[in-house]
Amino acid sequence: MRTERRWGLRALGLGYLLALLLAPVAMIFYKTFEHGLAPPLEAITSPDGLHALKLTLLMVAISVPLNTVFGVGCALLLVRHRARGSALIDAVINLPFAISPVVIGLSLYLLYGTHGWFGPTLAEAGIKVLFSVPGMVLASIFVSLPFVVRETVPVLQEIGTEQEQAASTLGANAWQTFWRVTLPAIRWGVAYGVVLTTARVLGEFGAVTIVSGSISGQTQTLPLFVEKQFQNFNAPGAYGASVVLALLALTTLLAMNVLKRKEDA
Amino acid sequence: MEAGVATRAEAPRAGLRLPGVGAGLGRGAVVLYLSLIVLLPLAALTSQAFEDGLSTFWQQVTSPQAVRSLELTFVCSLIVVAINAVFGTIIAWVLVRDDFRGKSAVNAVIDLPFALPTIVASLTLLTLYGNDSPVGIHLAFTRAAVVVALLFVTLPFVVRAVQPLLIEMDREMEEAAASLGAGGLTVFRRIVFPNLLPGIAAGVALAFARALGEFGSVLLFAGGLPQTLVASVFIRQQIESGNETGAAAVSVVLLAASLVMLAAISLIQRWSTRHAH
Repeated sequence: MRTERRWGLRALGLGYLLALLLAPVAMIFYKTFEHGLAPPLEAITSPDGLHALKLTLLMVAISVPLNTVFGVGCALLLVRHRARGSALIDAVINLPFAISPVVIGLSLYLLYGTHGWFGPTLAEAGIKVLFSVPGMVLASIFVSLPFVVRETVPVLQEIGTEQEQAASTLGANAWQTFWRVTLPAIRWGVAYGVVLTTARVLGEFGAVTIVSGSISGQTQTLPLFVEKQFQNFNAPGAYGASVVLALLALTTLLAMNVLKRKEDA
Repeated sequence: MEAGVATRAEAPRAGLRLPGVGAGLGRGAVVLYLSLIVLLPLAALTSQAFEDGLSTFWQQVTSPQAVRSLELTFVCSLIVVAINAVFGTIIAWVLVRDDFRGKSAVNAVIDLPFALPTIVASLTLLTLYGNDSPVGIHLAFTRAAVVVALLFVTLPFVVRAVQPLLIEMDREMEEAAASLGAGGLTVFRRIVFPNLLPGIAAGVALAFARALGEFGSVLLFAGGLPQTLVASVFIRQQIESGNETGAAAVSVVLLAASLVMLAAISLIQRWSTRHAH
């Protein structure tokens, strides 16, 4: 390829990335610390800000383990026990990737609302799902459901069954084979899925905003806190919380790269 | 660790059984989880959309506001995937075939839109292209803002779908064509592009599905003005104003579009594996 053309394409590609990704993200860091460290720090260490951070971490602490166990189990089922109906399970797992978060939120809202199928019964039992933690957890699980399955399935296919069969022949039971042979072989794939799940749950906005009602200090995760601060014209608050989330995203990115390299190795 | 485990020899089996539970029980658990988390809520949504009959559903979906928001969503999504198909392919090419310092860092940055929360994306775009834009580009609360927000969140799809194809591609074909006198453009059009097409198509389908439902990144940057009201923002407004049936009706349209896109993606994947062999 001629040098001018190579340079032209490079400039075009990198310029696009700069204008669309890098410059805006750099700008938010600049805006946040424009007047020093104090204003954003004050905003995110306010009671509402800290509560939002804690609630966000709670979402991760509940949703990620559940989706990891489900994801690995489901991947084993899809790869090692293919049967009729597997294709359907496969299709349903992909749904959360394609459905709008707002549609997911509304679906939960309608199922658990006062006129919903489950709402009245649960209300009688004194269980509050909407506008409280359980509903937000359900939304977080829904949106982040496919990642571990999707990352584990190809790795399972790739490692094959020879070693598992050998372990089994040597007398290992199913649990031993899983913990000693299968899991060590698929761990980086699973870990990659876990990182993606975590990132998605940390940043989830649309689904959680519908089911939570975004009540400050009660049902507000960090992304919801960003919107509320923005609406209240509290720029330091919105920027400060955004930078916390952006730093978490950059950490995710770093983890993704490390894990990809381990997976390929 | 497992002290005293009786090493009862079992007949060799094909692959691993699900630990502790039979495959049937495992399948039951997976179906239950999927039903509770995914299927039941979607069933409740569909039921609400048709609660007052088909005509009410139709009325809600064809209300001027709903039609306008759906139209805007589809048109913007189409524009966005067209732009990202071109730039995604260029970026993938630069990342595979070009060589410069910092290339691996650029490669890592591509996934940023996947990792960055959408509401943060919206705010970042607003700080650079909003009303007090330091570069003098004012896009906030316009249709261009919708397009830019969607470009941001869908950027990685085409790049990541095309990249592996470019890496695997046999360069001998290109060299042969070039040595026979084909110019750069001809080589691209006749050899490179047809080989990349399955990846571009898969990336475009994923990006389109994502763009149709996108909410957070559009919200702060484009707002919910009549001229920038995408379907997801419209749905939230309907929920807030108590029109649950209207919200559910438009949601069902988006849901149907999602299902079509998923079917298209699986068809593209089948087509590209056939293509490869």
